[in-house]
Amino acid sequence: MNLKQVYVYKGFERFWHWMQAVLILFLALTGYEIHGSFQFFGFEQAVRFHNISAIALLVLIAFSIFWHLTTGEWRQYLPTRKFLRAQAEYYIFGMFRGAPHPTKKTVLSKLNPLQKLDYLFLKVLHIPVMVVSGLLYMFYRYPQGRGIEALNIEGLEIIAIIHTAGAFLLIAFVIAHVYLTTTGHTPTSNLKAMITGYEELEEEPSGLEIKETT
Amino acid sequence: MKHKIPLILIALGIAATLAVGMLRNKSVGPDPLQQLKERYAKKAIPSVDHSKLAILQKKFSSPQEVTTTCISCHTERGKEVLGSSHWNWEREEYIEGHGIRSIGKKNILNNFCIGVSGNLDACDKCHVGYGFVDTEFDFQEEKNIDCLSCHDNSSTYVKTGKGMPAASVDLNYVAQHVGNPQRENCGTCHFFSGGGNNVKHGDLDKSLFNPNREVDVHMASEGSNLQCVDCHTAENHKMLGKLYSVSSMNRDRSTCEQCHTAIPHEDNTLNEHTLKVACQTCHIPTYAKVNATKTAWDWSTAGTLSAGQQVNESDSLGNPTYMSKKGTFSWGRNLKPEYIWFNGTAGHYFLGDTVSAEQPIQVNTLHGSYDDPEAKIIPVKIHRAKQIYDPVTKMLIQPKLVAAKKGEGAFWKDFDWNHAAEEGMKSLGLPYSGEHTFEETVMTWPINHMVAPKEKTVQCVECHTRTNSRLANLSGFYMPGRDSNFIVEILGKAAIVIVIFLVMLHSAARVTVRIRNRKEQA
Repeated sequence: MNLKQVYVYKGFERFWHWMQAVLILFLALTGYEIHGSFQFFGFEQAVRFHNISAIALLVLIAFSIFWHLTTGEWRQYLPTRKFLRAQAEYYIFGMFRGAPHPTKKTVLSKLNPLQKLDYLFLKVLHIPVMVVSGLLYMFYRYPQGRGIEALNIEGLEIIAIIHTAGAFLLIAFVIAHVYLTTTGHTPTSNLKAMITGYEELEEEPSGLEIKETT
Repeated sequence: MKHKIPLILIALGIAATLAVGMLRNKSVGPDPLQQLKERYAKKAIPSVDHSKLAILQKKFSSPQEVTTTCISCHTERGKEVLGSSHWNWEREEYIEGHGIRSIGKKNILNNFCIGVSGNLDACDKCHVGYGFVDTEFDFQEEKNIDCLSCHDNSSTYVKTGKGMPAASVDLNYVAQHVGNPQRENCGTCHFFSGGGNNVKHGDLDKSLFNPNREVDVHMASEGSNLQCVDCHTAENHKMLGKLYSVSSMNRDRSTCEQCHTAIPHEDNTLNEHTLKVACQTCHIPTYAKVNATKTAWDWSTAGTLSAGQQVNESDSLGNPTYMSKKGTFSWGRNLKPEYIWFNGTAGHYFLGDTVSAEQPIQVNTLHGSYDDPEAKIIPVKIHRAKQIYDPVTKMLIQPKLVAAKKGEGAFWKDFDWNHAAEEGMKSLGLPYSGEHTFEETVMTWPINHMVAPKEKTVQCVECHTRTNSRLANLSGFYMPGRDSNFIVEILGKAAIVIVIFLVMLHSAARVTVRIRNRKEQA
């Protein structure tokens, strides 16, 4: 097996990933304070920080959508059933028997079938639901305050339930996500790749940016 | 990589601009609060010095003569007062379920001294008239208007029985020193309603004659030094502001928004609160800040005499706790208000209404709920009492309390409930069965005064908290920080616990396999 240092994660991609990670963790911290789970910043500051970081996340999302569309990277998330079962079996049985990853990671296909499905769900459903419920949370009083009766939202309960449920799932996702990064070639190889952009991959015949391992 | 750098910089730039924009949160233009301070710092100079008027130099032999003299120049003011609540002690109001009724102090009960009917001897010194001693009083007679009670600026005017000025009052001196009503004029009655300082309102007491900033940020003598009439403006003697102990309709209210507008905060989140939360809710964290207010009054224990003498007991602060004439009292100082939804309309117990005593009887009922778009959360003082009730007719009884001498049935002379009930109800033309009990009643008093400086306002977390929220008793809506959905909490926490468990299980398996593999290799 011929291993090469491959430039997998581009600069913006890494910036987006880590920025998103920081913002989501900060949103969770401030969000659960608003939820009444603990006191840290103080309620008023927590609301303020939560709102500001929410706007920052929206800006980041806007840029990342642009990036995904213009670079064609959005194709990475197209779901496939090929090897889906094999990937799941690998995590449950294969990796304990020393079996190889069922799918090969390449620059053109960075995500295994499970990741594709999971991140697609995250991007087209989970995060949009959090964004929309979050915006409603912020602005649900706006129509009533301006006398727009037709758009009036009476209560916060449904919005709050959806937003909170989404937050719990997002935390569960982050925990699983962080753990699964340790299942690469070595426990830290995925983490290093997301920091430096380079990862040791099996050599693939392509004209893409590939550096010889030194 | 290199051509990505500008893109990243642009993204960061936009994010930073937005963040700073939100952090700044500052309105453009002159500070509205500063403008208000400047406006109220200008104290008007009166256009007339009444002490120089020849007509006020003649010797007045009766207060009515003073009034006639006032009206000889201020020709239309008398008519205005004849139409005012201060004069009539009633006004026409539409009340849900009762239609249009003329109501007010004259005919509405409270759960303090219960009512004025039959007790005018004690109450009429706070009427803006002379001689309102019984129902025969002529409410169309201008010369019986007491102009001086509100317009005396000499601090020497005192009213006593029958609403007449005390013998000590120099009517000429007072008449020569009249002007706009000062806190002293209003406070003499409104701070002492219920028969003593701060008894009824809780947010209106003698500390407001000369309050510091902590007690009332608007009236603070060292601050804006606002007078009552700066907010309770009186166009043609029709004053803004009223209390829902005797009022019913959402009109003629004196509001904070008059000056501060409906969007007074720099922070938008706070401004959005004003849809559902009244200003007072956050800006009056405590009331009865200096002197205690009465919180409960149990009439059922009244009438106990010791060796024929009346008993009076007080607490360490000098507040009476027991009086033979009135019963047992509870007092409170620096109280946190209770909170209710209020849409500006109220209902009342009307004399003669039949009402069950199984639940505490609502002497007044303030309407509103979260679903009502007009309703906001307001702070209130709840006064709880036990008062006399006829279990046969199911009516609250208006007892006769005051009389000049024994034998007329007045409770405060004869200490005979039966006789007092009979006389009181007879004066109203209402039946009394001859039986009485004492039943629980509640009365709701909106808290509007003693506004705190902004650094002392209620903090977000005092309401937005799981435990001991100030708004713990309000329901029908979801409030962040206070509320959570039981199912979401359970399932959400379960999801996290399951993921952590799976992670631990999986990593334990990986470690086990690795150790086994090493052993096998060795």
